[in-house]
Amino acid sequence: MTGRRNFQRTVQQLLLSSLIVSFALLSFAASAFGQNGGELRFCLRSEPKTFDPLLVDDDSSLSIRYLTGGVLARVNRHTQELEPELAESWKISKDGKQITFKLRQGVKFSDGTPFSAEDVAFTMQRLMDPALHTSTGDAFRSANGTVSSKVLAPDQILITFPASIAGLDRLFDQVAIMSSHSPKKEAAVLGPFMVAEYKAGSTLLLRRNPFYWKKDPAGRQLPYLDSIRLDIQANRDVEMLRFKRGELDLINVIDSDYYDKLAATSAGVAHDAGASLDSDFMWFNQVATAPIPEYKRAWFRSTNFRLAISEAINRDDLSRIVFNGHAQPAVGPVSPANKFWFNGKLKAEPYRPDAALQKLQADGFHLQNGALFDKGGNAVEFSIVTNASSKPRERMAVMVQEDLSKLGIKVNVVTLDFPSLIERISEKFNYEAAMLGFRNVDLDPNGQMNIWLSSAKQHAWNPQQKTPETAWEAEIDRLMRAQASAADPKKRKESFDRIQEIVAEQAPFIYLVNVNALSAVSTSVAGANPGILSPQTFWNAERLTLNPNTRASR
Amino acid sequence: MFACIVVLAVCALSLSANWLAPSGYAKQFRDAPSSPPSRQHWLGTDDIGRDRFARVLYGTRISLLLAPAAALVSTALAALVGGLAGYLGGIWLRIARGFTDLFLSLPWLFLLITVRALMPLNVSPLVSVLITFLILGLLGWAASARVLSTSADALRNSDFVLQARASGLHGSRLFLIHVLPNLKPVLYAQFWISIPVFILSEANLGILGLGVAEPLPSWGSLLRELEGMISFREEPWRLVPLVLLIVVMTSFQLLLSNEELTA
Repeated sequence: MTGRRNFQRTVQQLLLSSLIVSFALLSFAASAFGQNGGELRFCLRSEPKTFDPLLVDDDSSLSIRYLTGGVLARVNRHTQELEPELAESWKISKDGKQITFKLRQGVKFSDGTPFSAEDVAFTMQRLMDPALHTSTGDAFRSANGTVSSKVLAPDQILITFPASIAGLDRLFDQVAIMSSHSPKKEAAVLGPFMVAEYKAGSTLLLRRNPFYWKKDPAGRQLPYLDSIRLDIQANRDVEMLRFKRGELDLINVIDSDYYDKLAATSAGVAHDAGASLDSDFMWFNQVATAPIPEYKRAWFRSTNFRLAISEAINRDDLSRIVFNGHAQPAVGPVSPANKFWFNGKLKAEPYRPDAALQKLQADGFHLQNGALFDKGGNAVEFSIVTNASSKPRERMAVMVQEDLSKLGIKVNVVTLDFPSLIERISEKFNYEAAMLGFRNVDLDPNGQMNIWLSSAKQHAWNPQQKTPETAWEAEIDRLMRAQASAADPKKRKESFDRIQEIVAEQAPFIYLVNVNALSAVSTSVAGANPGILSPQTFWNAERLTLNPNTRASR
Repeated sequence: MFACIVVLAVCALSLSANWLAPSGYAKQFRDAPSSPPSRQHWLGTDDIGRDRFARVLYGTRISLLLAPAAALVSTALAALVGGLAGYLGGIWLRIARGFTDLFLSLPWLFLLITVRALMPLNVSPLVSVLITFLILGLLGWAASARVLSTSADALRNSDFVLQARASGLHGSRLFLIHVLPNLKPVLYAQFWISIPVFILSEANLGILGLGVAEPLPSWGSLLRELEGMISFREEPWRLVPLVLLIVVMTSFQLLLSNEELTA
């Protein structure tokens, strides 16, 4: 009897052990290769203006396009390298005017219709339609003429442009391919998710695309998530409260105050990915016809004056105090986070009030009873306008005000509502100095063409010049055009490096800080790797998973 | 009585800011931003290291002194428009009422933002604060004018005014001797009502970042510090400006009730 009992016990133990081992193996497999199911939740900060991927121009629509659209090639938001997606490979002609894509086979749209080169041709034709003005299409318009697409085979297409386009292949990161055959048109997508439900002003529900082509290393179809619920919520305080209550899984961009509060209360939730591509800067009005006194225009047009102001600003303090250390002193138009295009020879302007004063004295300025006067006896006083809605920018302006007061310069800080500010700085030119930020989503400098060309409308300090008014602006024009027409990335880089040096020498923009990319990701989300490029937290949405407890509760 | 003591005490405190907070409202202690209360900074420092106690005192001074000034401007305008229209009656009264109704129907906040945007940029913070309250005063007369026109209209048809008229008293003498003194209680009430309204209007503009220019503090700019505060327990000392605003507004309301009862 005892032997039988022992045998039974041994069998039971073996069964139990094998069950435990199986469970452990399953758990390991699940954690290693992701789990299916669950609903990820986060907020859009405004109503999406369109679901048409070719008309996208606002942040919310961009997020939706990123999650639903399939592209030929995608910039990896972590490595910043271009990687194949729907195109297995591509080749750019030597003159930079043609690109040939070899497409992936067996791919289907979310409605089950097959994907082929005809869809790419249809998308390009629609994108370049002159009646359809889109920022995505404008990036491909290098010269007058038509863009033609030739289907070489069901999986091969040749696209020809009237002139060479610098960084041509990277532009396809923004082109979500549309179906030429599907009756659903933009609703038929190639991305990991598809729009399932939309309640205007409230919620957008994205469901898993059952025909998504991508698989994980174990051969399991992606995405892991069942759905993504996007609540439309403009109020950041409410968004943060909901995140803290566990109603949201991530916040794509948070400010430094929220970051510190989150980091203090919830470990491993707040993420600082380092300096972003965004920059905050100030500039002086150099427009010849601006309604400002002539002696002030002379100050603002003096390189020494601008450089002195730049040297008198304590950027370390701005980063440390205004952004609680979650910002870096800015070097120039390209953030150090932009691995390829940043000119590594340049350094952020150090805080040197003494050197600044010497520069001003070289220009005829002098101190008298603690106040600075120019050679004509005019007290140095000017106003800095900035937008009222940005608390960090207002704080920076007040700190600049204090820094410059040490040189005897009186600064008046004026906060205006955004439309009034834009009217003053871009239409009436009725301002002296302005402080704003540049939200850069494009790694390639071609995206800054409308800022650096002297004839451009966004050439903030002196826009829409008929001919460049200074030699250095003429040189920037020449270099910008040279880099835009060169096919060789090294030659382009040389040109843009020089532009960065000229900007540092002339200080038309006084760059202040590059704010860090701060985000919040709940511990219930696995696989997130927040980066500096948009969309910071969900750039790898198809590989994100929710832990089983969270999944069960949804 | 208690309300009067509170208002006077707050006024006295704000007027003695130079002695109580010698560091001033603008000095940035950059080594100690957002610090908690200490012996050096009784209410801690703000985001860029400015002494919060000093800013509360100076901000109170600005809001408490300039809001009555703005109320005076608006009440004077209201007396001029409403009082005269009511006294003259007939077509003048209809025109004045139409005009005040039109003025009242304007979206106040947007009007203030527009006027603020049209202001010259290169003005000192002190001038900007004067302009802000002057704008508030110039734009805030309509509601009081409506009340005053009705009161003056009632007075115009009262027995004693008819009797004075029958005795040969006309024009400005009749207005100044008989009508205006009898409008006094309404004028006082309108003046007291306007003060908290202007304080709150400036606070609203300040919260939008469009109030008094930096580095000058006001209750509006101090309240803006509460933006993004998601728990009262975190830094309760930051609530001092809000508490002060509530206490002063309540005191004004209590004073106003007394004033109305007396009237």
